[in-house]
Amino acid sequence: MADNAKQTSADDFTPIAGADRAKLDDEKIATPSLTFLQDSWRRLRKNKAAMIALVILIILFILAFFSFLFETHNPNATNPNFANLPPKIPGIDINGFNGTIDQSGQRVNAYAQAHAGNHFYILGTDYLGRDLFSRILYGTRISLEIALIASFFDLAFGVVYGITSGWIGGRVDTLMQRIIEIMLSIPNLVVMVLLILVLKPGMTAIILSIAITSWINMARLVRAQTLELKNQEFILAARTLGESSWKIAFKHLLPNLSSVIIINLMFTIPTAIFFEAFLSYIGIGISAPQASLGTLINDGQKNFQFLPYQMWYPAIVLSVLMIAFNILGDGLRDALDPKSRE
Amino acid sequence: MAKYLGKRIFYIILTLFIVSTITFFLMKLMPGTPLTNQAKLTPTQIHQIYKQYGLDKPVWQQYLVYLGGIIHGNFGTSFQFSNQPVSYLISSRLGPSLIIGGQGMVLGVLAGLVVGAVGAIKANTWVDTSATIISILFISIPSFVLAVLLQYYLGLKLRLFPIADWGGFMYTVLPTLALAASPLAETARFMRTEMVDVLSSDYIELAKAKGLNKVGIIYHHALRNSLIPVVTIIGPLAVNIMTGSMVVENIFSIPGIGEQFVKSILTNDYPTIMGLTIVYSAMLCVVLLITDIVYGLIDPRIRINK
Repeated sequence: MADNAKQTSADDFTPIAGADRAKLDDEKIATPSLTFLQDSWRRLRKNKAAMIALVILIILFILAFFSFLFETHNPNATNPNFANLPPKIPGIDINGFNGTIDQSGQRVNAYAQAHAGNHFYILGTDYLGRDLFSRILYGTRISLEIALIASFFDLAFGVVYGITSGWIGGRVDTLMQRIIEIMLSIPNLVVMVLLILVLKPGMTAIILSIAITSWINMARLVRAQTLELKNQEFILAARTLGESSWKIAFKHLLPNLSSVIIINLMFTIPTAIFFEAFLSYIGIGISAPQASLGTLINDGQKNFQFLPYQMWYPAIVLSVLMIAFNILGDGLRDALDPKSRE
Repeated sequence: MAKYLGKRIFYIILTLFIVSTITFFLMKLMPGTPLTNQAKLTPTQIHQIYKQYGLDKPVWQQYLVYLGGIIHGNFGTSFQFSNQPVSYLISSRLGPSLIIGGQGMVLGVLAGLVVGAVGAIKANTWVDTSATIISILFISIPSFVLAVLLQYYLGLKLRLFPIADWGGFMYTVLPTLALAASPLAETARFMRTEMVDVLSSDYIELAKAKGLNKVGIIYHHALRNSLIPVVTIIGPLAVNIMTGSMVVENIFSIPGIGEQFVKSILTNDYPTIMGLTIVYSAMLCVVLLITDIVYGLIDPRIRINK
């Protein structure tokens, strides 16, 4: 026995290198190990509708935030001579995009009537001669800004409130839940309207009112999830090891809450976009001359019978924005929480 | 039950008290007075008008007077319609809002239940996909866009329904449709998830094993059990309807409280805004209370006095 052991020299134990090693790995029966996010992303990528929604949103984001690069006109510059011009895209001769308009049964070239010459507006102009395309881009930017701000407050306030309430428990929890219950029994819109009246209509008022109303759902869901996680063994282990509450919240709770947070965030966003458009539509949101999708729809609706494009385009953009966020939200829910799918 | 009810009613009163306090002090912070837009008045005239509206007293006294008034259902006098009590303004406009709101809710929830149930029964087929598309569209398209489109195409172009105004059932059809869209979509979504859950549960398997036919399983076992949790979303749906009614009533010029609310906001009619805020909160509180009680009654697993 001892002799046999001596016969194997140290050279026999060199690690396999290069091509041989790769061959060795090939024989393993295992998929590469994925992190939670990689796995979710893989599932999301398989969802065609969600991917289309994601691409549309990315395009809208780029168009809206880099609009200054291809804005052909100033969104707020009025030009009464060119008022109510229909959409015209050079080189395209389809009714609706060739600058003609239906006037008592006849197609009339509105651009020639207005002596607009070489000017063209790809989505037409409004009643003050402002370029609708630039205004829609500007309005989309406002909607997306509102979306980002609402998500920020959801995260900064809703998540913190929920974790605190669930983690501390006892009287603090009861009190915090009472506050939420009271806030829930006031319709959000009423809170928003009151705040906006006090603060004067405008971006700040809208942001503040969305901030105050948007976090409640997030706080409730996060609290419920925290209560569930709190009693699990890994949290108990962390506690026994003497981890501080802060560290537990950041290292153990947050990663486990992430899917709930992301899913809920995706439903806060369309709600916030809707409320901004709604408030602007009834006339207490973004004030003139600034454009918001809500004010554009309100303006366009007055002329809908004769100049339908003035309402259609902002309405389509707003709806597409909402549809895309909703579909992406559905997709993310399925991807992050596969249990929710049957 | 009685204890639970008492507790809930106490919380409702507390909520309404907080709401009216907050609105009162917010309105006091508001820039401008009802006289800002009037022609020049002499100081004595202004003083007289202030006295008439009780604005000459210190704020805390105004607050007490205001609270006392609310208990008696008196919300003060409208700034916009002189000498018109806010309570009268609201009560005379409550009817139309309740009618179209109620109809929208019933239609939306019923249609949503059907769409959701069909989607779940035919899960992962084209039927399910189209049900999902319907609910995504109706959730996403804002009520004011939908209302304008309905008004134009069904009202003006096809002349099926009156385009605006109030008087009789035909006038309620378009606003009801516009309001029903959002509850329809939400209910359908919720119902589908619930029903898919129920359909994969053990007692459905048992019913299948027993040899019950499909209709029997769906009607007696699946549908009834999936209906119960739907009650919980009635509250949020009521909020949607209230929000929607503000624009929908405006678009169809229905003399309801939603239209009045928007009008009051645009004309700084503070007493009316305050009154309507409290009325909206009270309606929501009552809806939430009723749904909670109904939920406890139809599902014995939910203990009402926990």
